Amino acid sequence: MPRDMSIKKVLVIGSGPIVIGQAAEFDYSGTQACQAIKEEGIEVVLVNSNPATIMTDKEVADKIYIEPLTIDFIEKVIAKEKPDSLLAGVGGQTGLNLAVELHDKGILEKYNVRVIGTQISAIKEGEDREDFRALMDRINQPVIESKTVETVEDAVAFARKIGYPVVVRPAYTLGGTGGGITETEEELREIAASGLHLSRVHQVLIEKCIKGWKEVEYEVMRDSYGTAITVCNMENIDPVGIHTGDSIVVAPSQTLSDKEYQMLRRASLDIISACDIRGGCNVQLALNPDSFEYAVIEINPRVSRSSALASKATGYPIARVSAKIALGYGLDEIPNTVTGKTYACFEPTLDYVVCKIPKWPFDKFYTAKRTLGTKMMATGEIMAIGNSFESAFLKGLRSLEIGQFSFKHKKLQECSLDELKEKVVIADDERIFALAEMLRRHYREEQVCKITGMDIFFVKKFKWIVEQEELLSEMAYDELTPHYLRKLKRRGFSDKAIAELIGVVEDDIRDLRFKWDIVPVYKMVDTCGGEFEAESPYYYSTYDKTDEVEVSDKQKIMVIGSGPIRIGQGIEFDYCSVHAIMALRARGIETIIVNNNPETVSTDFNISDKLYFEPLTDEDFYHIYLKEKPMGVILQFGGQTAIKLAKFCDKMDIPVLGTHPKQVDAAEDREKFDEVLEKLQIKRPKGKAIWSMEEGLQVAEDLGYPVLVRPSYVLGGQGMEITYEEEQLRRYLVNAFERDPENPVLIDRYLMGREIEVDALCDGEEILIPGIMEHLERAGIHSGDSTSIYPSVNIPEHIKEKIVTCTRMIAKELKVLGMINIQYIEYKNDLYIIEVNPRSSRTVPYISKVTRVPIIDLAVRAMLGEKIGDMGYGTGLYPEPQNFYAVKVPVFSTEKLPRVEVSLGPEMKSTGEVLGVGVTVEEALYKGFIAAGKSLPRQGGTIFATIQKYDQDEFAGLAKRFAALGYNFVATEGTAKKLQASGIDAKVVKKLSEGSDEIINVIRSGEVNIVVNTPTKGNDSNRDGFKIRRAAIEASLQILTSLDTLRAMADIVEKQIRTEETNIYDMGAGADE
Amino acid sequence: MKAQLILENGMVFEGKAFGYLKETIGEVVFNTGMTGYQEILTDPSYYGQMVVMTYPLVGNYGINLEDMESYKAHVRAFIVRERSDYPNNFRCELTLDGYLKSQKIIGLEGIDTRALTKVIREHGTMRAIIAVRELTPSQIKLKIDAFNNQMAVSEVTTKEKYEIKGKKIHVAVIDCGIKQNILRSLEARGCKLTVFPASATAEEILSVNPDGVFLSNGPADPKDVPEVVEAVKQIVGKKPITAICLGHQLLSLALGGDTMKLKFGHHGCNHPVKDFITNRVYITSQNHNYVVETIPAGARITHTNLNDQTVEGMYFEDLNIYSVQFHPEAAPGPTDTAHIFDEFIKVMQGGKL
Repeated sequence: MPRDMSIKKVLVIGSGPIVIGQAAEFDYSGTQACQAIKEEGIEVVLVNSNPATIMTDKEVADKIYIEPLTIDFIEKVIAKEKPDSLLAGVGGQTGLNLAVELHDKGILEKYNVRVIGTQISAIKEGEDREDFRALMDRINQPVIESKTVETVEDAVAFARKIGYPVVVRPAYTLGGTGGGITETEEELREIAASGLHLSRVHQVLIEKCIKGWKEVEYEVMRDSYGTAITVCNMENIDPVGIHTGDSIVVAPSQTLSDKEYQMLRRASLDIISACDIRGGCNVQLALNPDSFEYAVIEINPRVSRSSALASKATGYPIARVSAKIALGYGLDEIPNTVTGKTYACFEPTLDYVVCKIPKWPFDKFYTAKRTLGTKMMATGEIMAIGNSFESAFLKGLRSLEIGQFSFKHKKLQECSLDELKEKVVIADDERIFALAEMLRRHYREEQVCKITGMDIFFVKKFKWIVEQEELLSEMAYDELTPHYLRKLKRRGFSDKAIAELIGVVEDDIRDLRFKWDIVPVYKMVDTCGGEFEAESPYYYSTYDKTDEVEVSDKQKIMVIGSGPIRIGQGIEFDYCSVHAIMALRARGIETIIVNNNPETVSTDFNISDKLYFEPLTDEDFYHIYLKEKPMGVILQFGGQTAIKLAKFCDKMDIPVLGTHPKQVDAAEDREKFDEVLEKLQIKRPKGKAIWSMEEGLQVAEDLGYPVLVRPSYVLGGQGMEITYEEEQLRRYLVNAFERDPENPVLIDRYLMGREIEVDALCDGEEILIPGIMEHLERAGIHSGDSTSIYPSVNIPEHIKEKIVTCTRMIAKELKVLGMINIQYIEYKNDLYIIEVNPRSSRTVPYISKVTRVPIIDLAVRAMLGEKIGDMGYGTGLYPEPQNFYAVKVPVFSTEKLPRVEVSLGPEMKSTGEVLGVGVTVEEALYKGFIAAGKSLPRQGGTIFATIQKYDQDEFAGLAKRFAALGYNFVATEGTAKKLQASGIDAKVVKKLSEGSDEIINVIRSGEVNIVVNTPTKGNDSNRDGFKIRRAAIEASLQILTSLDTLRAMADIVEKQIRTEETNIYDMGAGADE
Repeated sequence: MKAQLILENGMVFEGKAFGYLKETIGEVVFNTGMTGYQEILTDPSYYGQMVVMTYPLVGNYGINLEDMESYKAHVRAFIVRERSDYPNNFRCELTLDGYLKSQKIIGLEGIDTRALTKVIREHGTMRAIIAVRELTPSQIKLKIDAFNNQMAVSEVTTKEKYEIKGKKIHVAVIDCGIKQNILRSLEARGCKLTVFPASATAEEILSVNPDGVFLSNGPADPKDVPEVVEAVKQIVGKKPITAICLGHQLLSLALGGDTMKLKFGHHGCNHPVKDFITNRVYITSQNHNYVVETIPAGARITHTNLNDQTVEGMYFEDLNIYSVQFHPEAAPGPTDTAHIFDEFIKVMQGGKL
């Protein structure tokens, strides 16, 4: 059937900010879906609160609303735009839940909006555990014995009936938040209580534990006419019990015979047919490794993280095809964009192995409980393609950027077998390394399988890798033979790993390989195993003889992507990479992207002229460079991942477009940068690089406390802290030098001023500053975690002028070509510089959208030699808008990470961001806070406060304003006394350290709207503050740790802003509308 | 041991031999299935062929005694990128290497199977030799030219007539190299089966007075077995006839249609077939080098392949004849079209589709 011509205007709801369990994959699928709809001549209305996305670009949708993803705001959009249809399944769980809510509240009916694609009834049937079970019973599909309960007591009773261990799964949550496996009643009570709280419908499922079964997923598609296919199946190397988002996954399945493969495939198709899915769906199944017994775990009736992975693993565009199905097409009418000849109605076949490995945030959150379970904790993932399991896996390992090129893990080598065994059984992020270490010590493979539930097929592969590592460790450089080296390369060993194991440097191995002509070739991902000619320019490396890449003689440029999503390096960099490619393509230059993140838009094979899905290491990058010989490579849009290649480029004389690698070094190297500032006479907070404890204490003494301490090479403020006293500093330095004795620690005087951030473009001479952003929170909080306001409200003109001057001087001095990001502090009417990043930053997408300056496009043009003055956007500071404000508010995932510190500080903790826009700064803030899940009742709320003594005066002032609005206070003794002294009533609760649980009970009781806590010391889980903050987070309460944020909230509440009175703004049309 | 695959066009792929080490000549085809190597090895339709698997890891779950599609392996050689040394599955009874040794079949590993697949895609199916020792070009040519697969059906058909008990309808099966899962599928639906060798005459077949006749799959060119075509001609109109794969091609020839050779055939588990009866598309298992080019007069096309629009099924309402090119019995591959067997039975019982 041709498409439904009555569809003329479609509303698409995005997934909002990046949080754990909902990352960049929905930008990828949302963008693809929007394009698939738009190319049909249908108008697309998009709502998403996340500005750092491609999908909120004006090229992707016709009407773009960067507005809070709440029913109220979406209703406003519907009322204004009057779409005839809603596509529900491309905005993740957030989009799906909102669609259900819009339907349930009668809003869709009221405005005559129909749901296209999978219908609400089907979504509910797939998502509601009881309905789904009933359906499975009807079609004879086995499910795991389980029951949905609404109270803890019912949970306990059912667990008694089916026996422990049991799994707890809350209904309608992201990434399985709030679930867990438990063997004891006591723990069950705890998990069930938290799960019930987190569930939108206040339900949790108690389920029989089938730990040790294989977890297998099928990505399936079905059209409205009943044709159903599977796109890909995937096998989790980690068995059932570890969330698939936290599992190492291979595609296709490796250990299933055809009988098992087809049995589960058939089950998946029967299920989606029974559910009447129209579009893509993910089906998760558990398979008993000792029989044909299986059970359906769950389905996700929408595109998902797994579907993004499956799309990249096969080349089959699931989101695009889902959107086409929603428009009424049959699968046999949708062309296969890969072959250009066949149709979407076929099942991709792979002739390679795909391996996905999660990227966890524990390098940032080193105090976190790292145990993996049914709650997802990974922030991102990498994918690697090889033609053996070993090569896919080893490529994956080095793509993670965790310093591991082989299985040899320094810390774990020092563990006893007992300790290793415990790590493997409990399973944490380092499990795979612990397992390898056990194998290295000749622990029996069969027993490893028994205690981990992993298939011996995989364990044998790991063992082989370990054996080669051992062989290499005993080998001398001149003992390497061409035969053996080729064998290692075929199996995915990196030069760096081989070199480290033998005890030479990476260059030695590369020289040897080039001498022996051991170099990779590239194969194509074509969905069909080579059966048909394909047009997809999507490649991966192997050590075969036949190469499939056709190298053109056109002008071409290589863009390096940013790798896996992690804290400090999020989706913004993918936005920048994609825009760089678009800018180059617009100028007729052939583009080549290298990246390893399957969740992103940049790794969609039709974004660039060529996609190399490869690790972003010196070696893998160099091979592609040699193959393609581009006129240059662009590093500055791929975050720190790409910048890390700068040194190598410099060494190998690889032309880097944009700022020269030496200049990058000048900005990142403390001493060199100090010289630059000295020369330009620009102030920075006094500080010094120190190499020892004694030196550190002396420097701090000279500067005066508080001081800011951090390691010299930083990413997202890793390991940064403000220390107020010697004791604290001493502890920090002991730790820091232990972790990295080879590099100095930096100590700066801490200035408690206003933080200002600038992104600028430079052509080597002249600059353009698209916008100056003011941080709501005072200096000391990582810029990624600050609420950022544009245009600034409080910065005086003379400071702005100074900012422009300083930025111009620095950019010019560093010979910046392209982007530079600078952070300043305004302190006592003077300007200080605190950080310079000679690359694109996370604020670029936001500022691009708000100012409409196509920042990346201009940056690319500058790199290509154009002058900023000729680009049509002027020079210096771009005119600031009148009566229009945009506020970026950070969003955190700390509730998903047990034992992680919540309070804001110099270390970045947020995973995503939202934007609030408005004609007044309060309106923008109001919407930004709502979008970030922070809101306060207009009157009569309750604030729980426990404030450190230096902040109490300031807090009392704020409290008065809230009291005037009818707010009540609950506080710990000191804070309460202060409030009472200021004439504010406050109920006193006992401190935890006084041996009372009163505080925790108050927090959990639900009578508090918000917790305000200014911390004295972070990261110490034994302290009261830490426990209070965690309790608040775990009870899903808002928590503020900065009084600046609280002040902004007071402003909003005082203004009595109501959602009904706020406006929505089409960011695609005119900002001043 | 090193071994070479030498194609008739002179291209050489070097790899390592496993299984039973002996020189072999055959026709090279590639299969795109990601699972199901055991069923492929034992499918009689592959008689005379060297099968290349496009999926790189083969042998991961070993070999078991339950999933055999016939009593032995029929491929001439089995070419893979990487064979698994340590298979694992709860039903794994033999390793791939061990099974090939026992079947006296050579395996070849370490081949750039994607490059080889693309060569076959470009040049079409080719004859080739797997050499385990040095051969001169003239020796190679001589050996390859001597390869002939015309007797394939007679090699794989049953030697003797036999019966499988059943309570419902009685089906006479002409075995041209039948896959066990076809028999299992008919048996599971209660058919009583009398299985005849391909050499059986129409009289012999009609003498058991079946309700219907079924023509099986099998190897090579349908034009190599004119005696079966002849027998079918004599059955047409007397009994309902159903058929799969080679049987479907033989039916077409018997009724005045024509067949042709495909460039590189269809061998895999992911072929989309449009079913004009249900108006849906099914993913099917396929294994054939020949197709029906011209359908006989009076036939209606029931199925076509979405990739290349070739005929995948035909139906003669008046004659109660219904056949498909793809494999509804799967094994390996999707079981989406299992309902075809129900339709077969309906037709053989004298019903209409």
